[in-house]
Amino acid sequence: MTSSDLQNLYQELILDHSRTPHGFGLRGEVKAQSHQLNPTCGDEITLQVHTASDGTIEAIAWEGHGCAISQASASLFAELVEGMTVPEVSTRIDAFREAMRSRGKIEPDEELLGDAAALGSVSRYVARVKCAMLAWVAAEDAIRKLP
Amino acid sequence: MSTSLDVTSLADAEIHRLREDFPILRTQVNGHPLVYLDSGATAQRPQSVLDAEREFLTTLNSAVHRGAHTLAAEATELFEDTRATVARFVGADDDEIVWTSNATEAINLVAYAFSNASVGRGGAAAEKFRLGEGDEIVTTEMEHHANLIPWQELAARTGATLRVIPLDDEGALRLDEAAGLIGPRTRLVAVTHVSNVLGVINPIEQLIATAHEAGALVLLDACQSAPHLPLDVKALGVDFAVFSGHKMLGPTGIGALYGRRELLEAMPPFLTGGSMITTVTTTSAEYLPPPQRFEAGTQRVSQAIALAAAVDYLSEIGMPRIAAHEAALGRRLLDGLSAIDGVRVLGAGIDLPRVGLASFDVPGIHSHDVGQFLDDKGIAVRVGHHCAQPLHRRLGVTSSTRASTYLYSTESEVDLFLDGVAATINFFGVRS
Repeated sequence: MTSSDLQNLYQELILDHSRTPHGFGLRGEVKAQSHQLNPTCGDEITLQVHTASDGTIEAIAWEGHGCAISQASASLFAELVEGMTVPEVSTRIDAFREAMRSRGKIEPDEELLGDAAALGSVSRYVARVKCAMLAWVAAEDAIRKLP
Repeated sequence: MSTSLDVTSLADAEIHRLREDFPILRTQVNGHPLVYLDSGATAQRPQSVLDAEREFLTTLNSAVHRGAHTLAAEATELFEDTRATVARFVGADDDEIVWTSNATEAINLVAYAFSNASVGRGGAAAEKFRLGEGDEIVTTEMEHHANLIPWQELAARTGATLRVIPLDDEGALRLDEAAGLIGPRTRLVAVTHVSNVLGVINPIEQLIATAHEAGALVLLDACQSAPHLPLDVKALGVDFAVFSGHKMLGPTGIGALYGRRELLEAMPPFLTGGSMITTVTTTSAEYLPPPQRFEAGTQRVSQAIALAAAVDYLSEIGMPRIAAHEAALGRRLLDGLSAIDGVRVLGAGIDLPRVGLASFDVPGIHSHDVGQFLDDKGIAVRVGHHCAQPLHRRLGVTSSTRASTYLYSTESEVDLFLDGVAATINFFGVRS
C-alpha cells in the first residue's frame, strides 16, 4: 500500500501539472532569463520572465527536465504569477521558500500561493525541497535581471 | 576475476544468520523493514567492525608513529597490522598499501605525483612520471567522475592529452577502439574494474596487456570490485589500484592506494607535512620511503582498524562465495527489471559477468520520483547520475535509478524491489 504521505506528495493536481505543464516552451525574445541546475541530480531549468508594458508579469516561459515535483512546481509558479506585479511575485517567492524550508511546520498560505500550496508536503522531504524550489529560484534570479 | 562454478554460494539460512550481524538491517523505514539496496554507494557495517573501532577508541586511542608511551606504541603496531591485513586481502605486499581518505584521494595522490614530477619534483627517479606535451593519459567514458576529473586536471596542468575510450551503444567499453587509442605516447591508462552504473565486470586483462605492451602504467578503480569480488592486484598485474573502506563494510574516511613498490619509491609526495619526513630544515626536507611518504599528518587510526575488521569479516565468509551470491542477485535484478514493461535497464545487452548492481530508466518517470516511491516502502536505492554523467549522456539519459546488493542482500529483497518498481510505474502512469 502506498502511504497517505506519498499520496499527498504526489496528489493528482501535482501529477497533472507535471504531465501537462503550464508555460512550457521558451520564447525567442527575452528580457530576463535564468538557468538553474540541481547538481545532485542534473535537473535543470531555463526560465524567462516576460513583462507587459505596465511592468506586470505577462507570462513565465520555461523549459527544463526533472522530477514530477520540479516540473509541477515550475508549472504552478507560471500559472500563479501571471498578471502580478514584480513585488507581488517576490512576496510569493519568499512565502513559498519559507514554507519549503519549514520541514512541514508551515502550511503554505493558499490565499497567497493558490494551487502551488499543494506542494506544501514537499517540505517534509528535505531531499526534495531543492526540486520544488528550482523554478522559484530561477524566477527570483531572472527578476533581478529585469531592466 | 570470474567466479568458478564449483564455489558454494551463500545459503538462505547463512544469509539470515549474517544479517543478524548488521544492526541497521533491523531498522524500520516508513513503517516497513529496511530493504537496503544502496550498498554500491555505501555498505552497512557489521557489529564486529563497529566494535573494533569502539574498542580501540576506548582502550588504545593515540596517535601513531610518534610518542614513546605505551598506548602510542601499541596503536602503531595495530595500525601497521591493519595495513598488512588489507594488503593481503588484495594480494599486495604490506608496504604497497598507502592509506588515504577514500578512493578519490588515492586517485588524486597518483595524479599529483605525476603533476609534481612534471615540474621537476622527485629528481631523476621520478622521470617515469614526468608529463608534457605529446604525452597521453587514457581513461574511459564509463568512469566515475573521480577517475576522470583528476586526469582532466592533470592534462590541463602538464600539457598532456587526455584520451577517452568510448562506449558502444549498449554501454560496453569499445576495446577495438582502445587498441588504437593506447600507443607509445600513452603514459597511464586509468580504468574502472566494475562499472558503478552498469555493474558489468570489465575485461580489464586485455586492456592491461595492451597498456603494458605500449609501456604505459595502469591504474585500476577497484571501488566496486574490491568489496564484491576476489581481487588480486599482482595476478592482474596492475600498477595502481584504489578502493574505499566504506563500500566494503568499513568506515568512511579511509581508503587505500595500492602501488607497485618500485613505483611508490620513485614517486614524489602529494600531501606534505608531518609524519612523512626524515630531516627537515627551514628550506628543504627529505622524505620517508613509502608508504609513509604519502601519509602526511595525523592518520586515520580507528578507521584503519575498523577497515581491517571489515576485511577479516569478508575473508571469513570468503570472497568467491560472496561473489557467487551477488552474481545470482545481479542476474535476478537484471532479469526481473528487464521483464517489467516500461523499464530500460542500462547496459542490459552487454554480454559480460556482473556484480549485484543494476541501473534503469523508466521513460516518463524521473529517477527521483522512482526513488521517492520506493523509499515510501522502505526500499533504499540510489537515484541521479551516480557521478557518471558522461556514461549517462552516452546512453541518452540524464539520470537513472540504481539498486545494488551486498552479501547481506536476499532474493526476497530483490523481489520486493522489483514489485516496487512495477508499482511505481502503475502509480505515476507513463507520460506520453
